Amino acid sequence: MKYSAINLVRNAFSYHENWQKAWSSPELKKEYDVIIVGGGGHGLGTAYYLAKEFGVKNIALLEKGWIGGGNTGRNTTIIRSNYLWDESAALYNHAVNLWEGLSSELNFNVMFSQRGLYHLAHSVHDMQEITRRAYSNYLNGIDAEILNQDQVKKNIPHMNVNGRYPVLGAILQRRAGTARHDAVAWGYARAAENLGVDIIQNCEVTGIDVSNGTVTGVQTTKGSVNAKKVGLVPAGHSSVLANMAGFRLPISSVPLQALVSEPIKPILDCVIMSNTVHVYVSQSDKGELVVGAGSDSYNSYSQRGSFDMIEHIMGPLTELFPIFSRLKMLRQWGGIVDVTPDRSPIIGKTPIENLFINCGWGTGGFKATPGSAHVFAETVAKGEPNKIAAPFSIERHFSGALVDEAAAAAVAH
Amino acid sequence: MFVIKCPYCGERDQTEFSCHGEAHIARPENPETLTDEEWGEYLFIRSNKKGIHYERWTHDHGCRRWFNVMRDTVSDEILATYKMGEEKPKS
Repeated sequence: MKYSAINLVRNAFSYHENWQKAWSSPELKKEYDVIIVGGGGHGLGTAYYLAKEFGVKNIALLEKGWIGGGNTGRNTTIIRSNYLWDESAALYNHAVNLWEGLSSELNFNVMFSQRGLYHLAHSVHDMQEITRRAYSNYLNGIDAEILNQDQVKKNIPHMNVNGRYPVLGAILQRRAGTARHDAVAWGYARAAENLGVDIIQNCEVTGIDVSNGTVTGVQTTKGSVNAKKVGLVPAGHSSVLANMAGFRLPISSVPLQALVSEPIKPILDCVIMSNTVHVYVSQSDKGELVVGAGSDSYNSYSQRGSFDMIEHIMGPLTELFPIFSRLKMLRQWGGIVDVTPDRSPIIGKTPIENLFINCGWGTGGFKATPGSAHVFAETVAKGEPNKIAAPFSIERHFSGALVDEAAAAAVAH
Repeated sequence: MFVIKCPYCGERDQTEFSCHGEAHIARPENPETLTDEEWGEYLFIRSNKKGIHYERWTHDHGCRRWFNVMRDTVSDEILATYKMGEEKPKS
């Protein structure tokens, strides 16, 4: 059933009790053309674009828990594309272009809000970095504005620009913003199922079948399935799945945590992030401040961040916004992010024929969801990397052609 | 948050330490003879184990010495700490 104003009125007469389920729980079949492992936004989106744009008919999406229950439901929902290098700019801006039409494409309100993102500069070096990045962004067709201290103060009056690390300026991307993360998973799931994708939840992949260097299927907690092609989109568990297929990845899985405050009236109409003092904050439509900072330095699969990190998050926040110091934090949680050496993702082929991988999004994958899903779907469908995805192969770790976003643009968020 | 037993100083709070990734990766003796694949493997490829993980830590705000930790990455339980150069404990 299409979501529309007319259907909303029509269903009001039956007290909204007859809305059909957004997606069902089909039985796992014995064979598929393509299996996507991982039911987060990137995986669900991949299944959707495979069915919609690349004509693949027989697709299953396997999720070990519930869809959107991993990093898709645990991030701070920030979206931007002002990355430094051409390769990243192309990838993340492809995503922003898709974000802009996503709600109408999926017939599901993902609440994409282009409220603007300020990346703060606290030193002369920071000002040089954001200026260099702004010029790089212009050349790649990405909007960027350099603001001085007065302009920042005028736009964000609550901010303390004269703290221990004074705010000298900011790079502003007006097309950046936030989206409702759960809605992204739900919207893609509903749209994918409408195109015939089997979404199988509570189905953990326990093994990957490889014969003569070619993938033939997967073993799951619901039995074994044959597949012509398999796409892995597992985020934190990338190395675990790669090990099942007999290869290793340049990835470390580490905890990243976030917090939300009690809900308050509108006070912050944009996204603020700072690499130097390291915090990022926005206000959700419910009124909560959504706050995050850096990841822990040690490997873990526990989905729990370390306690001292909370102080590292709240310290810079209350320094920048002394007014927030009175707020209570209501919830805190962690996710496991798969970090690569150059802080850029891995999208493409694996050493196993017909087995593809999309991982290594580290601390900032949510923003790329539609773009990542779209380029990966083409890669899986055609068997060769999509043009935008090509620089992000595993091979770059051997050739040396890293896409190094670690120093500047890819701050954890 | 961990309480880590530094092999030199004893038990201390995690905030005194920092972690530096997987342990027991030996630098190749003849880097100039390695292929790109072998060098990339040494530099970047990691086991990223779910389960028993051996890793390097430094006691930054203490004795400033390096040592190894054996830890379960599922429960985060620290199973052993030992000095650099010592045999790794069996899992």
